[in-house]
Amino acid sequence: MTVDNDPMAEIRASFFIENEELLEALQDGLQLMDDGAADNETINVVFRAVHSIKGGAGAFGLEGLVHFAHRYETVLDEVRAGRLQVETEALKVFFQAADHLSDLVRISRDNDPLPDEETEVLLKALDAFLGDTGPVSGTAEEDIEFQPMGLSLDLDLPVDGTADLPDLDALPPLDLGPVTTTYEITFAPQADLFDTGNEPATLLRNLQQLGTAKVTCDSSRLPPLDQLRPDVPHLSWTVILQTDVEESEIVSIFEFVEGLCQLDIKKQGEPDGRDLPPLPDLPPVEPTMAEHRETLPQTPIEVTPAPSAPVDDPVSTVAAPTQPAQATAPTAAKSVVRVDLDRIERLVNLVGELVINQAMLSQSLEHSGLSPHSDAMSGLEEFQRLTRDIQDSVMMIRAQPVKSLFQRMSRIVREASAAVEKDVRLVTTGEATEVDKTVIERLADPLTHMIRNAVDHGLETKEERLAAGKPAQGKVNLSAAHRSGRVVIEIADDGAGIDRPKVLQLAIDKGLIPPDSNLTDTEIDNLLFLPGFSTAATVSNLSGRGVGMDVVRTSIQALGGRITTTSLPGQGTTFSISLPLTLAVLDGMVIEVAEETLVLPLNLVIETLTLQRGDVEMVRPGRNVVRVRSGFVPLFDLGAALGYRPPLDDFEGSVVLLIANEDETNAALLIDNILDQRQVEIKGLDESFYRAPGIAAATILGDGQIALILDPSDIISTAIPKPGLSQTSSDAGVPA
Amino acid sequence: MTLEILAVDDSRTMRDMIRLALLPSGFTVHTADDGVHGVEVLDGITPDAIITDINMPRMDGFGFIDAVRGQEKHRSTPILVLTTEAAPELKQRARVAGATGWIVKPFDPVKLVKALQMVAG
Repeated sequence: MTVDNDPMAEIRASFFIENEELLEALQDGLQLMDDGAADNETINVVFRAVHSIKGGAGAFGLEGLVHFAHRYETVLDEVRAGRLQVETEALKVFFQAADHLSDLVRISRDNDPLPDEETEVLLKALDAFLGDTGPVSGTAEEDIEFQPMGLSLDLDLPVDGTADLPDLDALPPLDLGPVTTTYEITFAPQADLFDTGNEPATLLRNLQQLGTAKVTCDSSRLPPLDQLRPDVPHLSWTVILQTDVEESEIVSIFEFVEGLCQLDIKKQGEPDGRDLPPLPDLPPVEPTMAEHRETLPQTPIEVTPAPSAPVDDPVSTVAAPTQPAQATAPTAAKSVVRVDLDRIERLVNLVGELVINQAMLSQSLEHSGLSPHSDAMSGLEEFQRLTRDIQDSVMMIRAQPVKSLFQRMSRIVREASAAVEKDVRLVTTGEATEVDKTVIERLADPLTHMIRNAVDHGLETKEERLAAGKPAQGKVNLSAAHRSGRVVIEIADDGAGIDRPKVLQLAIDKGLIPPDSNLTDTEIDNLLFLPGFSTAATVSNLSGRGVGMDVVRTSIQALGGRITTTSLPGQGTTFSISLPLTLAVLDGMVIEVAEETLVLPLNLVIETLTLQRGDVEMVRPGRNVVRVRSGFVPLFDLGAALGYRPPLDDFEGSVVLLIANEDETNAALLIDNILDQRQVEIKGLDESFYRAPGIAAATILGDGQIALILDPSDIISTAIPKPGLSQTSSDAGVPA
Repeated sequence: MTLEILAVDDSRTMRDMIRLALLPSGFTVHTADDGVHGVEVLDGITPDAIITDINMPRMDGFGFIDAVRGQEKHRSTPILVLTTEAAPELKQRARVAGATGWIVKPFDPVKLVKALQMVAG
């Protein structure tokens, strides 16, 4: 880390990390209020989040952030105090303010120019809520000047921290010079001075540090001991102080006890330090609250000056060391270490290398002809297990809940729905689902685009919805879940569904498909992903930004994922993104096709079969099915689909892998041989490679050979001959 | 003079800042995340002074001061309140709750040290 040597920079960095959490809490709180699920604590949480951001921002002199947070907080305080009712309109502004606050945090972090105009607009909107509760200007809230003060820590402070306090002993005793003034200070504490933990002895000692002090104690009001009440002060003091500090310094000593004592500070005549003899040291100030309490008993015999106050009681001091473990436990439980992402990346890469290395070792040991029961082989097994555990643990470091991503999407929904004037509600589920950090980051753009699409194109206008008998408010569901070793993220709207005739017509108009195309519903839906396709008759400035669903699909595929669509007319559209849990490793089945070694994700393989005569039936030329128990499953010749060889016509003895498709149908892949099952490290294919359908990535096998990793669903969907569909779009990716 | 301090604040940033401000003076700094935690931590230590924030989850600063003052051995332990507003009514409220003094956030490290030394004697 680069900030190791600068504690302020480190705190600043941790301040911004904390801000992320606070902003998340703020979002959560507002969401609860929006859902009507808020309780009394919710508004406090919301208030505190903004308040804490302001507090930290002040310390770092981030004035723009402080300015906005302060006004936002003022309005929230009104809500907290019950003076302002939160209604839909207010919540909308609160959400916007929260979004803006998060922008300001980011801008402040990066030292970018502040969006003053936007800030002003929002502040006006916020202040409008104060208008209802009374005159805005001149109220107490407005008068509270919150002045940010830049904080620079001078770490060269003397270790004893007395930089500003003159050392009494070091003062020249008589050489006080003409600026020395003599003050007569009389000080009589009242009872509540003790209640606040203030201590006359301390105050007098502080005075003593300002110069030379002569203290006289007036004990005339001290009652007989049997009437003595420890918490009622009876003493007063007169201090003759010779000092060269300003009177305000003296007053500041009594700042905390102002109003809790009778205090009188008088300047004595003219400065005449030269004539005064050196004053004796401050006499010990004995009778204090603490001692009074010690001497509380009614019996006079017990009244001896106690040497120590109860807080210094050795018993409690001794008891202390036994406690801390228990006392600090709550913090230890959630202790967190911040680690540079680079270091984790390095660890991930090293573990990847370890996996390859282990695979190579296994391979050479197997070839060495050792008995499987030999020590070396069983040791190797243990080694494999450990490697896998390390790999899982490392992956866990990078896993993050999708919550932060989903929160960003709720902002997108707010902005998008405002832009197209639709009332839209985003419902999120499975926010705790953990996904590799890199995947989350790279999902943001495609997801944003799809959410915008859902709001803009998926949902109908309010009028259309009402006419269709639906609630005026549209709904977008965003969910995440783990499903058989993959993460599935779904974006579902309850809109009108894909307008298939329109999509078909548009594709024909744009020349993407021949005019006489006769496509199934799924095929029409897939047209949305063709490059250059846009269903919006007029390209709105919201989702029509030059990128289409084809870009979304490309980025999902780049993550090793797939995207599928289901749509029901009048009921809505669901986009389903299925992603690998991690970008780094995969349990693979190593297969051989036409002397090429390939890898398939193991979790997709349901079953393996060796074909017997009569297992395969031809439906029509080039289209075969396999009999699997009681049913038929379409057969795909992998070698032919990948262009390695012409289609086989004799299937006997060939191996078939039964593959689970995304849509829960099955397909059979025809291959030559199964070589192995092992963990492989996924190596992404660089941009400079042509993106071939069905090829997800590559890997390095134990013998150093490079093998392609297949995405069977993609192969199957591209291999199905699409009647009428332009060959350029469906087969574009097949390598020549 | 080095002191043992308990700082209670729900903001990690604030806790870090307080620690950073006090460590150069050789202070021993304990921290707690909120009032409830503060009371737990206090159970094992005898600080010379306590610093507390007001707005905190679970138990706020006022509640915390109350709880501290309710313990006989901490009846006279100095407590400084961290406040963002220097409004007189806030100071008054802190005082009624039993706070010894207050520090206006954002604080100046030198002043914080000085204030602690002043109240803790």
